[in-house]
Amino acid sequence: MSAPAAASGRRPRWTRGRVALVAVALLLVVVWVLPLAWALSISLKPDAETTQTGLDWIGSTITFDAYEAVWETGDIGRWLFNTAYIATMTTLLTVALCAMAAYGFARTRFRGRKALYALVLAGIMVPPQVLIAPLFAEMVQLGLVDTYWGVILPQVAVPAMVFILVKFFEGVPRELEEAAFVDGAGRWRVFFTIVLPLSRPVLAAVAIFTFISTWNNFLWPFLVTTDPNGMTLPVGLVNVQSSYGVRYAQMMASVVMGGLPLLVVFAIFQRQIVRGIAHTGLAGQ
Amino acid sequence: MTATSVAVPAAPEPAAVPAARPAGVRRKWTEHGLVFIAPFLLVYGMFLLWPLVFGVHLSLRSDNITGSGGEYVGFDNYTEAFRDENVWSSLWNTVWFTVLSTIPLVVMGLVFALLAHNLRFVQWLWRLSWFAPFVLPSGVVGLLFLWVIYPSDFGFADQLLAQFGLHPDIGWLTDERYAMLSIVLTTVWWTVGFNFLLYLAALQSIPQHLYEAAELDGAGPWQRLRHITLPLLRRTTGVVLVLQILASLKVFDQIYIMTGGGPDDSTRPILQYVYQSGFTGYRIGYASAVSYIFFALIVLVALIHLRLARRNAEESS
Repeated sequence: MSAPAAASGRRPRWTRGRVALVAVALLLVVVWVLPLAWALSISLKPDAETTQTGLDWIGSTITFDAYEAVWETGDIGRWLFNTAYIATMTTLLTVALCAMAAYGFARTRFRGRKALYALVLAGIMVPPQVLIAPLFAEMVQLGLVDTYWGVILPQVAVPAMVFILVKFFEGVPRELEEAAFVDGAGRWRVFFTIVLPLSRPVLAAVAIFTFISTWNNFLWPFLVTTDPNGMTLPVGLVNVQSSYGVRYAQMMASVVMGGLPLLVVFAIFQRQIVRGIAHTGLAGQ
Repeated sequence: MTATSVAVPAAPEPAAVPAARPAGVRRKWTEHGLVFIAPFLLVYGMFLLWPLVFGVHLSLRSDNITGSGGEYVGFDNYTEAFRDENVWSSLWNTVWFTVLSTIPLVVMGLVFALLAHNLRFVQWLWRLSWFAPFVLPSGVVGLLFLWVIYPSDFGFADQLLAQFGLHPDIGWLTDERYAMLSIVLTTVWWTVGFNFLLYLAALQSIPQHLYEAAELDGAGPWQRLRHITLPLLRRTTGVVLVLQILASLKVFDQIYIMTGGGPDDSTRPILQYVYQSGFTGYRIGYASAVSYIFFALIVLVALIHLRLARRNAEESS
C-alpha cells in the first residue's frame, strides 16, 4: 500500500492533535468491541449470574457449560452444516453462471446481445425482497419449499455481478485471446485457460461478497424453510430463541458460536475481503 | 447507462477477428455467445423475471399463499392497499428508519475512514473492530441486542449508563419513543463498517502529491481536509449515500428479530407488512400489490440517483 512509503518519508509527528485523534479512535474501538465482549462474557458465566446488575465481566467462575448444553441439545451443528453447504454452493454457482454470462456479453457478438444485456442490467434495479410473495408461490408449485435448492437458486443469478465481471473482462487484453484462437483453441478453452486465470482478483471479490451475504442472508431462507432441520444458522437461532427461556448464558453461547465462523474467516482473509468489498461495493453501482 | 459507454471501445472488434482468422467465423454451435449466457439466463428468467411478471398476475387476484384458490379481482388489491392505514404507517416507518440511519451511517463511515487513513498504524485494529460486526448474521446481532444489551436493569446499555450514575429507565425496545432509535443504534454499530471500507478505498486513491503541494503552500491539516479531501470525496459520498438509502429502505431482519415491528407496530417496516399479509395472512395477491408499491419507491430513488449521476458525469466531462 501507499501509506508505509509515504510514512517512511515523513514520520508523523506526535502533536497534540494527533494524540487526540488516536484517543478518539481507540475510544471508538472500545465502543465497537464492547457488545461482542459482553456476549462472550455472559456466555462464560454460570446461569445464575447472567442477570446480575453491576458490570461484572468475569463471573465467580469461568464455565463452558452453556456451550456444551447448546451443542448437545441444539441443532447448531446441523445449521452450521446447512449454512456452509448453501453458502458454498451459492458462491460456486454464482461465480460460474455470472462469469460465463459476462464472457458471453463482453467477448462474443451475436444478434440480440445488446438487448439481452440491457435486460440483465435492468435486473440490478429489482431488489429480491420485492419478489418474496410470487417467488414463494413459485417455489410451492415447483415443490422446492424446504429444500436446499429452494434457498440456493433464487440467489445465484445476480445481475450486478455480471456487470462487474463484464467491465473486468472488457479490460483483458484481446491479443492474448487472439493468439490462442490462431493456435486453434476454441472459446471455452480460451475462457478457462486465459480469461479466468487473469481474472482471479475480481472473481475472488465476487466470491467473497457472495459468500458473506449468503451466509448472513435472513429473509429468504427464513421464508422458504419451515423444517428446523433444513434451517440456516441465522434463521435457526431466531426460530428457537424462545426455547432458551431465561438461560442467557446459552443464548449468548449460541450467538458467539453463530458469529464466530465468519469472524475467523474475516480475520484470516482480512486484506482480500477489504479489497473485495471496496471493489464490488463501488462497482455494484 | 454506463453499459453503453463501456461497450464503445469494443466496436472495432468485428473487423479485427476475421483478419486474425482468415478462414472465417465458422464456429461450432457450442462456441456461440448464447451458450455462455444461457445458464445464467435460465436461472435469471425463472427466479427473477418470471416472479416479477407472476407477481403482477397475482396482485390482480385473490389467491392464497400457494398461488391458488382465488379469482381475478382487477385492481381491488391496489385500491385496498392505498386505503390501508397499515401500508402508509409501515411505509412511513421505513422512510423514517432510512432518514435516521442513513445520516449517521454515512457520517460515521467517513469519520472512521479519515481516522484509519490518517493514523496509518495498526490498520488491522481499525478494520477488525469497525468492520467485523458487518460479517455477523442479522440473527446473531438481533439476539445479542434483544437479550443482553437492551433489557432494562441487567441489560448492558443500562448497566453502562449506571457506571456514570445515570439511571434513565428507558424501555429501549419497548417504549414507542425509543424503539426506533435503539434499532438505528444497533444498525449503525452493525453495518457502518461497509461504508467505512468504501470511504477508506476512496481515500487511498487520492494522490499523495496533492497533500504535499498543499503542505508546501502552508495549508494546515484542517485546510487540507476541507479543500482537498472532502471535495475529492464528493463522488464517493454520492455512491455511498444512494447505496445506504437503498439498503435502509429494505430493512427487515433486525426489526423483525428485535421488536417484531412493535411496540404497537411503531417500528414495523413495509417489508414486514408484506410478510404479514402474504405469509401469516395468506393473502398473496394483496402482499404482491403492497410489494409493488414498495418497489415503486425503490425505483424512484434509483431514478433520482441515475439522474444525478448523469448530471455529475456531464459536469465533470
